Amino acid sequence: MNLSRIRPLLCALVLSVLLSPTMHAQETAAAAPEAAAASSPDEDTAAAVSAADLPGLLAQLPQADYSTKGDIVAAMAKLTDPEVKPSLVALLEGNLFVRDADGQVVIATEADGLTRIGTNNGLRKKIRGAIAGIDLANPDAAVRLAAVEELLRSIDAETAVLLRQRLPDERDAGVRARMQVAIASADLADESADVRLKAVQSLRGNLSADVFNKLTELTAVAEDGTAAEADERVRREAASVLTSIKRWRALYSSIETMFFGLSLGSVLVLAGIGLAITFGVMGVINMAHGELMMLGAYSVYVVQQLMPSHIGASILVAIPVAFVVSALVGIAIERGIVRFLYGRPLETLLATFGVSLILQQLVRDIFSPNNRPVETPAWMAGSMQINEALSITYTRLYIVLFAAIVFALLLLLLKRTRLGLEVRAVAQNRAMARAMGIRTEWVDALTFGLGSGIAGVAGVALSQLTNVGPNLGQSYIVDSFMVVVFGGVGSLWGTQISGTSLGVVSKLLEPGVGAVLAKIIVLVGLILFIQRRPRGLFPQKGRSAES
Amino acid sequence: MSQALHTRPSLFGMLRADGGGTTLLGLLLALSIVVPVLHLLVPADSPLHLSSYVMTLLGKYLTYALLALAVDLVWGYCGILSLGHGAFFALGGYAMGMYLMRQIGTRGVYGDPVLPDFMVFLNWKELPWFWHGMDMFWFAMLMVVVVPGLLAFAFGWFAFRSRVTGVYLSIITQALTYALMLAFFRNDMGFGGNNGFTDFKDLLGFRVSQPGTRVVLFLCSALALALAYVACRYIVSSRAGRVVAAVRDAESRTRFLGYRVESYKLWIFVFSAVLAGIAGALYVPQVGIINPSEFSPLNSIELVIWVAIGGRGTLYGAVAGAFIVNFAKTYFTTAIPSAWLYFLGALFVVTTLVLPRGFVGLLEGLRRKKKAAAPPGGTAAAGDAA
Repeated sequence: MNLSRIRPLLCALVLSVLLSPTMHAQETAAAAPEAAAASSPDEDTAAAVSAADLPGLLAQLPQADYSTKGDIVAAMAKLTDPEVKPSLVALLEGNLFVRDADGQVVIATEADGLTRIGTNNGLRKKIRGAIAGIDLANPDAAVRLAAVEELLRSIDAETAVLLRQRLPDERDAGVRARMQVAIASADLADESADVRLKAVQSLRGNLSADVFNKLTELTAVAEDGTAAEADERVRREAASVLTSIKRWRALYSSIETMFFGLSLGSVLVLAGIGLAITFGVMGVINMAHGELMMLGAYSVYVVQQLMPSHIGASILVAIPVAFVVSALVGIAIERGIVRFLYGRPLETLLATFGVSLILQQLVRDIFSPNNRPVETPAWMAGSMQINEALSITYTRLYIVLFAAIVFALLLLLLKRTRLGLEVRAVAQNRAMARAMGIRTEWVDALTFGLGSGIAGVAGVALSQLTNVGPNLGQSYIVDSFMVVVFGGVGSLWGTQISGTSLGVVSKLLEPGVGAVLAKIIVLVGLILFIQRRPRGLFPQKGRSAES
Repeated sequence: MSQALHTRPSLFGMLRADGGGTTLLGLLLALSIVVPVLHLLVPADSPLHLSSYVMTLLGKYLTYALLALAVDLVWGYCGILSLGHGAFFALGGYAMGMYLMRQIGTRGVYGDPVLPDFMVFLNWKELPWFWHGMDMFWFAMLMVVVVPGLLAFAFGWFAFRSRVTGVYLSIITQALTYALMLAFFRNDMGFGGNNGFTDFKDLLGFRVSQPGTRVVLFLCSALALALAYVACRYIVSSRAGRVVAAVRDAESRTRFLGYRVESYKLWIFVFSAVLAGIAGALYVPQVGIINPSEFSPLNSIELVIWVAIGGRGTLYGAVAGAFIVNFAKTYFTTAIPSAWLYFLGALFVVTTLVLPRGFVGLLEGLRRKKKAAAPPGGTAAAGDAA
């Protein structure tokens, strides 16, 4: 806007740049002075870098000017002494001192009676390069990778030479790839257009963010028409490589989006499938379904409170606990309320909504109105790095797997067991089933219990994704109804497909329009869909469907 | 009652047959005389004085009662359980709120003569198109009626023609209000985001906070409720009302008899939405705020229970239910806040299990029992108003 507001800022900036070496030199750590003698004094301090061992080189440091110090560092880097690296690190961090008493060079953390050996920006860069060079020979691939990354931050022709020497010996593929990137980045600054062209070509197919940035810089054209890269061929090649990288990145990011959608879909399926059973089989709308999920999530919390030293196993313990707790509450609801209201779906809806309010308040009174902390076990934390553009968090992965397992078990239960047979019979024709000797009351209670128990299990999954609080159920109830209605009441596969596709569609929409608008679009789309197919994707066929 | 099938009911004949309605209208008349007198004429230190808080509260209940009436019309008489009527209420409220926001003028925090504060805050340079005209009272009032009506028309036109019924309809109405809630929470919608509208100043040039204005608003609410009641009663006892009730009891049979079921459903639904919109418009200036939480599905379900508690399919039962539940809510949320949800939850359960016809049904049952005990005679049409 105006200069007067920027000026103080500029001054501060300039000042800080000027001061930064001194500030570095003055920093002191609070730790006790654990001094370790790094070398013995060497009387012969020749003008040039003459000594061939570490103590000799170190002794020259205090008297040398910055450019000589640079030569000393370079000489140190060539040594094989294991003390070289700690010395360089100490020098870099300003922990290398000359003891005032005897002129000996020491590593220390407190400047008491010591004189710091100064460094400046240029020198520190050289030191970093030297340290990275040493690390490149380290047997641990992770250390080597870190060294390459360090070099990449300020790559130039000199360091590239170092990398070129190391490249043929490098065995680890990941480190190799980064080394090639580093070399190519150095070559991009080369004077010969051919070298630059080769460098650009070697970057084809590389997905890392810094390559992307570098190439974008290269293809940039300033407002006055001057291009960042002078050579036409290099520029065109860079643009082509960039397009191909963009295409790959787009592919991976769409894979990632699909996976996000899949995991959201799995959550929706978990939330909806219990509802599909009670709604589909019994024609009962259970508005307390969300609260049964909430109970499942609180079961995780309680289990973790009971076994705080075994968080890793707590989730596995919580699954059956949550199932039983929610199933029992569900059976109680069925026996106490729902069974008096069969054939009156709207009344059931209202009564179970009342139950949901009571359960919410109960949880608020027993635990707290606030969210409860639920820990994520170590084996679920972190993410799986597939390549530089794609990583998958374990939580999401496990939830997808978990939903698939629950779905498969449920399918088995309904298709392969006696109970499943009876449930399906009652769903198809209640009166006929009863005539065949099926105890429909018993089946109703068990079905409701099963649906509720699955809601509890869904709650276990939700406890790893969202806040565990009294409102957890409410925020999922509309979604789970949508899943069931979209899929077609009474169809497990319908629920699976509708949940997954709703999840994927919302995640596909999200980057473009934002999460809230995506949700609104999905809801409106569903409302319109119901108009076209009032009974969902996979409607129940037969006489029982008409009522 | 039976000749109503053949002749258009006269207004007085209609009300004579409607004991509950006459009582309700009488009570409303009494209320609209007593409340202003107690508030304006009785001195503030007298124990009989009605504070403006209580009067506003009663005014709020009246608008709730109007909303409940609208729900009872579609649920009790047409069998459409709408879990999204709160949306029509809120839309009417927002239309009124927009008018009130435009009346603030330069008295806002930022003092912009045209833009409401939240738009200045969001750095908007000009009024969005849908805000134009809302500074005119007649236009805003038109919107109060038109916007909920249009939404109900569009929604109902699709839903009823594709024969979405029962719980499916309930669920998609719930989705509708949920989607609207999410939408109104967004700042870019131009409705003030989650803060909504508040800090109103003038209504038609009168200060909203003045006792006189409050009394007039209260009287308007009472009048609106009375008129709406008469209109609803007229509709349900007309020939069309009979068809609507037939749709509720046997939809397919009515269709096979040659009635255009979806048209009847659509018009009753739109009319009900308009009533809800008017209720919202009266609610906002009395309460002094409107925000997206009015759209929350919880509100819409809660208002269904008002109707159920009072007794669905009676019209006056809905009004009674709105008063009973909201009075209980006011009492509980101030006296024992944690017990309110238990109470409300229990209301849902007990009403559906034990009192399927609500309090009105309970009272009628008691009266009938008394009459049955007394020597028989003249017990004809006490009950089923439908």
